[in-house]
Amino acid sequence: MENIKTKVPERINENKKVVTILFAGDSGDGIQLTGSQFTNTSALFGNDISTFPNYPAEIRAPQGTIAGVSGFQLNFGSIEIFTPGDRCDVLVAMNAAALKANIDKLKIGGTIIANIAGFDKKNLKLAGYLDQRNPLEDNSLGKYRTIEIDIAKLTREALKESTLGVKEKDRSKNMFVLGFLYWMYNRDMALTEKFLKEKFAKSPELVESNLAVLKAGYNYGDTSETFTTRYEVKPAPMPKGNYRNMMGNQAVAIGLLAAAQKAGLALFYGSYPITPASDILHELSKHKNFNVRSFQAEDEIAAITSAIGASFAGDIGVTASSGPGIALKGEALGLACILELPLVVVNVQRGGPSTGLPTKTEQADLMQALYGRNGEAPIPVIAASSPKDCFDTAFEAVRIAVEHMTPVFMLSDGYIGNGAEPWRYKTADELPEIKPPLIREPNQGDAFMPYLRDEKGVRPWAIPGIAGLEHRIGGLEKEDVTGNISYDPDNHEKMVKLRAEKIDKIALSIPLQETDNGYDTGRLCILSWGSTYGAVKTAVKEMIDEGYSVSHIHLRYIFPFPRNLEKLLRGFDHVMVPELNNGQLVKIVRSEFLIDAKPLNKIMGLPFSSSEIRDEAEKFFV
Amino acid sequence: MTAITEKPQLTPKDFASEQEVRWCPGCGDYSILKQVQTILPEIGVERENVVFISGIGCSSRFPYYMNTYGMHSIHGRAPAFASGLKIANPDLSVWVITGDGDALSIGGNHLIHALRRNFNLNILLFNNEIYGLTKGQYSPTSPSGKVTSSTPMGSIDHPFNPLALAAGADGTFISRAMDRDPKQLRDVLREANEHKGTSLVEIYQNCNVFNDGAFGVFTDKHTKANTTLFIEHGQPMIFGENQNLGLRLEGTTPVVVDLEDGKFTKDDLWVHDKYDRFKAEILMRCFETPGEDLQGVPRPFGVFYREDRACYEDLLHNQIKTSYERKGAGDLDALLKGTNTWTIE
Repeated sequence: MENIKTKVPERINENKKVVTILFAGDSGDGIQLTGSQFTNTSALFGNDISTFPNYPAEIRAPQGTIAGVSGFQLNFGSIEIFTPGDRCDVLVAMNAAALKANIDKLKIGGTIIANIAGFDKKNLKLAGYLDQRNPLEDNSLGKYRTIEIDIAKLTREALKESTLGVKEKDRSKNMFVLGFLYWMYNRDMALTEKFLKEKFAKSPELVESNLAVLKAGYNYGDTSETFTTRYEVKPAPMPKGNYRNMMGNQAVAIGLLAAAQKAGLALFYGSYPITPASDILHELSKHKNFNVRSFQAEDEIAAITSAIGASFAGDIGVTASSGPGIALKGEALGLACILELPLVVVNVQRGGPSTGLPTKTEQADLMQALYGRNGEAPIPVIAASSPKDCFDTAFEAVRIAVEHMTPVFMLSDGYIGNGAEPWRYKTADELPEIKPPLIREPNQGDAFMPYLRDEKGVRPWAIPGIAGLEHRIGGLEKEDVTGNISYDPDNHEKMVKLRAEKIDKIALSIPLQETDNGYDTGRLCILSWGSTYGAVKTAVKEMIDEGYSVSHIHLRYIFPFPRNLEKLLRGFDHVMVPELNNGQLVKIVRSEFLIDAKPLNKIMGLPFSSSEIRDEAEKFFV
Repeated sequence: MTAITEKPQLTPKDFASEQEVRWCPGCGDYSILKQVQTILPEIGVERENVVFISGIGCSSRFPYYMNTYGMHSIHGRAPAFASGLKIANPDLSVWVITGDGDALSIGGNHLIHALRRNFNLNILLFNNEIYGLTKGQYSPTSPSGKVTSSTPMGSIDHPFNPLALAAGADGTFISRAMDRDPKQLRDVLREANEHKGTSLVEIYQNCNVFNDGAFGVFTDKHTKANTTLFIEHGQPMIFGENQNLGLRLEGTTPVVVDLEDGKFTKDDLWVHDKYDRFKAEILMRCFETPGEDLQGVPRPFGVFYREDRACYEDLLHNQIKTSYERKGAGDLDALLKGTNTWTIE
């Protein structure tokens, strides 16, 4: 352990390219708030950023235990950042359990900031340290630099003039940590000061106390002379433009809303609360002045069926859920498919099967999205690659649904849904128009034929209220063109093929697949989809810099595939498909293209680290 | 001179689609279809503003036979589809067509939530006390002991009382009619349509193939006078062959009295008040199966309960309106930008 008592009058300002901080503590310690404040401040400063909150499924998990540890990992740098970081440079441990649960994630030589009040006998016992052995005192942390701070005591001291009760005083201890880190990384506190003033606008006393503790944390670093080094992480060379910070679920909500506006449609959002998708409902419920009709339905089935009912009436119907809820929507998805009405279904995936791991991430619902229905019921599937990409993917889901009169699956997951990163936001003018195939006149002489298709295979959308277009639709097989019930064998086969062709033709309206990084041919292609983007991007970038013949192809469109995908993949000797599941996309690639793609699977409820990708990729070069 | 162009008065035929009706010959559904097609021109709604939504089952073929907008959806979910439809366009006249299996078994959840939210729609529940389309299994309204293909030793299920269920879900319009009494059915349908809120109309419907005569005791001319009671708001409850019987409310107990034995007159009878929740609930509980002697409390038909309560879709659109008033029409650029931004030069 470094002797932090050595007095060095001169402060060193050390430059760092990338820093990863992991805030960890009890789920009631304000960890998520501390992390997001540091994130917003660093984003505003110009760093590139990626974050990963990791919290327990229980709302108030037992205090002081490993199960109750809440974490917020933040990766920020002066270079481009694609993941929340594999291992961290700084671990903030508010108690013993937080240290025990996360010490493996700290780099050798990394810094532990330990709140010593969280290492008393009770906390050591709750964390499961044998005989209440204190890791801060037994030299077991020799590989790291440990900064012990009596945060509780210093917080109370900072508030000795305050009339607040002890409990309320203690509640602001997260601000001490934040202030200290702001000092350590040369950050401006203005944004957090503004945040606190707004958050506690109704109680000036709390504004005062939190600001006092925040400043005390900063001044502690500045004045105690025990800390010799401050770090500087310069702004990242990001593309020019205007930025904001964006969370994945928030981006889904805003993307859906923007697309509805560009299509000239009201947005109907039917939803039943479920982790980790509920934030989409919360966000959309705030924007009623965009003519958003958000409806908290009685169950997952009503959530999707109400959305289909709304689509029939001319809104763009949307529902979102996570795996178990999506399972309940299966029958209605088949109906939307045979009705040929627009509908967007967002799956913010979590660990399964069944209730599985509600707060952990996974990509194991791809097969469910592709095939989880009775009968031949093809539904387009697209996936978001990062928090900010949730915006474009949600927008695209609405475009496909509306312009091709079909339900569309958008896959996200807990990792990107709750993660955040800077987003170069668009203006409304930059977004493309979406053209719904609405019809106001009969389309065959004086008659209206609800299933008369255009060249894309798309039927017209006739909404109730228009005289002359009265028609009936339903889940029974329908006759081509007229839509009347038909049990005719030839007609059924024809309709199955017509519906499939319509989806296949979507491939003509989506961009050709591009290689994200590396040449279009070579020894190894890493083919990824969804939230594995960042880890693969980081690994491939490193390997290319070192001269490996490796390329990265990342899919947004999984069904239908971009029409040049097979040709691209055939340009490589090997294809590796990393997924947070037991091998799903890899099976599709193998069966569709007869390409001997190899899986890399991780099913631990956690994202890939870039080193895991890299270690496996290197095996193709032995 | 002012030229007034009036739309021609629609007739029941205008509401019939060209589809061949495919219920079994003799099915009670034919009568219900006819009564609905009859009242729609009378209530002055345009075809294009009418939507029929059904679930699955024999009754759910109904929308195909109506020359309006329609959706034959999936089993049990019609009220949920209708909820979304009503939110998207509150001006539509929406009719949910459902059966006892559809509404009370697989779709029980959606029924009760539609009732409590009180969307302005009409739910016609065709109750035939049997599963017809799947060929004769017992349903949630089949009486205990019912022998069917799935209950060879008799059903051990306790049946639902659909009206009491609707009252439990705080339905705002609760009524009962039957296929064999077209006039009364039309009256109830008219009032259901007129009511702003979720109107539940339970319609006894004879399945002449799998459950013929299930309601025979209420429809047979020899028995119906003693077993049925047609309730009218503000009127005393009188029934019987010669209007010779009446229903009194003694405490909370309905009691049948003879109007000819000199003990009671019409003035002593229970006068129906459809706005009285507590009395209506007692009336809904008059649900006993008439015995051989036909002496019990008769089965009431008509509008049991009616209450004015705000509709969900109106409340939602009021919130949307308030949001526009408070914040102005949403500015997409401002939303995309958010509150904390920075610029990379």
